[in-house]
Amino acid sequence: MTTATVAPYRSAQPAGRDGFAQLLRAEWDKFRSVRGWVIGMIVAALLMLAFGLLGVQNSSVCGSTGGPNARTLTGAACLPTFPVGPGGQVVTDSFYFVRQSLTGNGSITARVTSFTGAQYNQGPPGSNPAAGLQQWSKAGIIIKASTKPGSAYAAMMVTGSHGVRMQYDFTQDIAGLPGKVSSAHPRWLRLTRSGDTITGYDSADGAHWTQVAVADLAGLPSTVQVGLFATSPNAGHFTTSFGGGTGSFGPTQATGVFDHVGLSGSKHSGSWTGGAIGVPTGFGPSGQGSDEGFQRAGGTFTVTGSGDIAPVVTGPGSGSGGTGTIQEHLIGTFAGLIAVMVVAVMFITAEYRRGLIRVTLAASPRRGRVLAAKAVVIGLVTFVMGLVTAAIAVPVGVHLSHDQGLYMLPVSWLTAARVVVGTAALLAVGAVLALAVGTILRRSAAAVTAVIVGIVLTYVIGVVPGVLPSGAAAWLLRVTPAAGFAIQQSTPTYPQVANSYLPPDYYPLAAWAGFAVLCGYAALAMCLAVFLIRRRDA
Amino acid sequence: MSRAAAAARPDTGQAPRPGPAGSPGAWPGWWAGLRDALHAEWTKLRTVAATAWMLAAIVVLTIAVSAAAVAATKCNPSPAGLSCAADTTKLSLTGVYLGQALAAILAVLTVCNEYSTGMIRVTLAAMPRRSAVLAAKALLVGCLVLAAGTLAIGGSLLAGRLILPGNGFTAAHGYAPISLAHGPTLRAACGSVLYLVLVALLSLGLAAAVRDSAMAIGASLGLLYLPPILISLTVSNPVWLHRLERYTPMNAGLTIQDTTGLHGLPISPWGGLGVLALWAAGGMLAGGMLLRLRDA
Repeated sequence: MTTATVAPYRSAQPAGRDGFAQLLRAEWDKFRSVRGWVIGMIVAALLMLAFGLLGVQNSSVCGSTGGPNARTLTGAACLPTFPVGPGGQVVTDSFYFVRQSLTGNGSITARVTSFTGAQYNQGPPGSNPAAGLQQWSKAGIIIKASTKPGSAYAAMMVTGSHGVRMQYDFTQDIAGLPGKVSSAHPRWLRLTRSGDTITGYDSADGAHWTQVAVADLAGLPSTVQVGLFATSPNAGHFTTSFGGGTGSFGPTQATGVFDHVGLSGSKHSGSWTGGAIGVPTGFGPSGQGSDEGFQRAGGTFTVTGSGDIAPVVTGPGSGSGGTGTIQEHLIGTFAGLIAVMVVAVMFITAEYRRGLIRVTLAASPRRGRVLAAKAVVIGLVTFVMGLVTAAIAVPVGVHLSHDQGLYMLPVSWLTAARVVVGTAALLAVGAVLALAVGTILRRSAAAVTAVIVGIVLTYVIGVVPGVLPSGAAAWLLRVTPAAGFAIQQSTPTYPQVANSYLPPDYYPLAAWAGFAVLCGYAALAMCLAVFLIRRRDA
Repeated sequence: MSRAAAAARPDTGQAPRPGPAGSPGAWPGWWAGLRDALHAEWTKLRTVAATAWMLAAIVVLTIAVSAAAVAATKCNPSPAGLSCAADTTKLSLTGVYLGQALAAILAVLTVCNEYSTGMIRVTLAAMPRRSAVLAAKALLVGCLVLAAGTLAIGGSLLAGRLILPGNGFTAAHGYAPISLAHGPTLRAACGSVLYLVLVALLSLGLAAAVRDSAMAIGASLGLLYLPPILISLTVSNPVWLHRLERYTPMNAGLTIQDTTGLHGLPISPWGGLGVLALWAAGGMLAGGMLLRLRDA
């Protein structure tokens, strides 16, 4: 009895390939063939655009034209005009300047014996000013390229509560001697010009001098304006607490008393003239109500000024109302993120719910790669959606704001590109995080709740003023995944400008640091998801 | 779930009653159907572990967030004359911001778990009166959230009463300890419990309309948390701002917690809760209609 050996049946079809490209193809087919998910992505884009662009409505009236045919000014006519500093940024440049012109190299020295200030507390100009300095009230000596606001400068100054500083070209700020100025503790200041280089010195006694910093002002003309100045920014105390924020704002002025004023150099004009540079903010249209000016009694100069020499920032208390940042048009990102995260969670939990995961894992037993393919697909789809949406929202929003009279702080195209691409990346990493959490929890309800509470709710209570005290809110935006929204900030914070640096304009972490926090969470969740999907039965 | 399915027909083996199946349009039949549905739904709810966990979470997390908010707020009048203006009752009820999300999730799970397991087909085969099924679910979820909410709100106010005096909110600064004998505080407390119940009902209706738990949770949390952002960050047009503050569920509903500055509110406290009640009624109506009109 012989047994006929029968060759086992082999399909004539060539064996399917199990490469990563095939996996990507399979996951992409799954994504695009579920109508609800595609609609979810479109909803995310629409939410982002709606929030970012509908908010641009400024019905405020900013003034009226004079004369018999007076009409109110609204819209683009309300746009503030700011001088542009040497670094290209918009600046505030208004102070009282007692000056001479100096040609060629030279040096100026002065002793500050008194520094006082006054605040007009929201009353009509000139009414009952309260005594007191702002923390960044300034008085000192300055070498400036011209009297044109925004021109290059270097200055040595005493400040309200930050001691002696050397500042130049609006953004640079170096600390000198600490402490407050009084007749018992005067401060000696000196600036020396040599070509394009200006060196600042300070001294407590006029005998022992310390170099504070060297400023390199490229292209400084041979004839410059040199002299004494005083200025004081608008008061802005803004505190947030549960149930809202409170603030007090008002124009201020500062008065510095100088003696031992010495000017050395080959050619200087010889007589002191006083004049206001720029227009002090907070007073009348051309500075009515302020006591700007200077008095000279023998060798003693008393200079009073109001305004600021600093970059323009935005926020409550910055004194630059009607300004904003470009990322205010991306405020809808968190709303879009909700839709994106719901889709990303369902991209994996729907497989568990329908039992499709067993087919998927049978076809491709290397489970980590399956998850990687899913992450790549959902991440890329979200990135493209975010990129297109942000690239529409920012320019259109800036255009609409301009028409409505809202001034957007200008940024370089590189920063704008980082904001747009960063928003897309923020959404994509958020989607990957949601996918990972969905894999870990395997249940849509639990996973959606976890990611919405983890990112969106923390963002909401961190950003909306009045929900949390600002200290607690800042910590939330440092340690939770919501820190990733920092990638959207487009303008730097300046320690030498007193302002409430609040989100969504300013975040407690730097742009990339905040984004790295979010990426860290996503990476951790992804590692855990890969570990669990390999360990558990599907 | 099979135990629950068996419980849906508690009268198996007895003579068929004439009521429910015989006259589908009659009200006595609807009430009998509701009684059966209540029994079945109660069995389902109490035999699922998630219900107890969610209820416990509502109580614990609401009190925890309230206590944290109260502990983080200090009353130190500044020299500039800014007093520590705070609505201590509202402050003590901060946890409702989180508690409402948990109440919404409990409601969503009550409906969507049935859809995700296919149980809904058994439920509707056993109890064809779909409106009675949804009404039973709403009644039970409402009662459970009412009970959990009462504990949560009571605990939150107690935390405020114990912690606030230590943070400077003393009688010397014009803050009496929180007490339910104070009319507005009692109103805020009862209203906050009702607020949680109404949020749960709104989410239940949305869940019945959407049927998928991920989408239902996304939609109800979005409906709650998105308008406050719109109000505080983006919309500057005063007309729209006013409308949003008056007619969105969370902003209108939470005015019930205000006990100071009532004249400055965009809508009166009870009016605000009424707006939320309309939202909940609308959500339930939409869910009920869709449940009736669609195949499960």
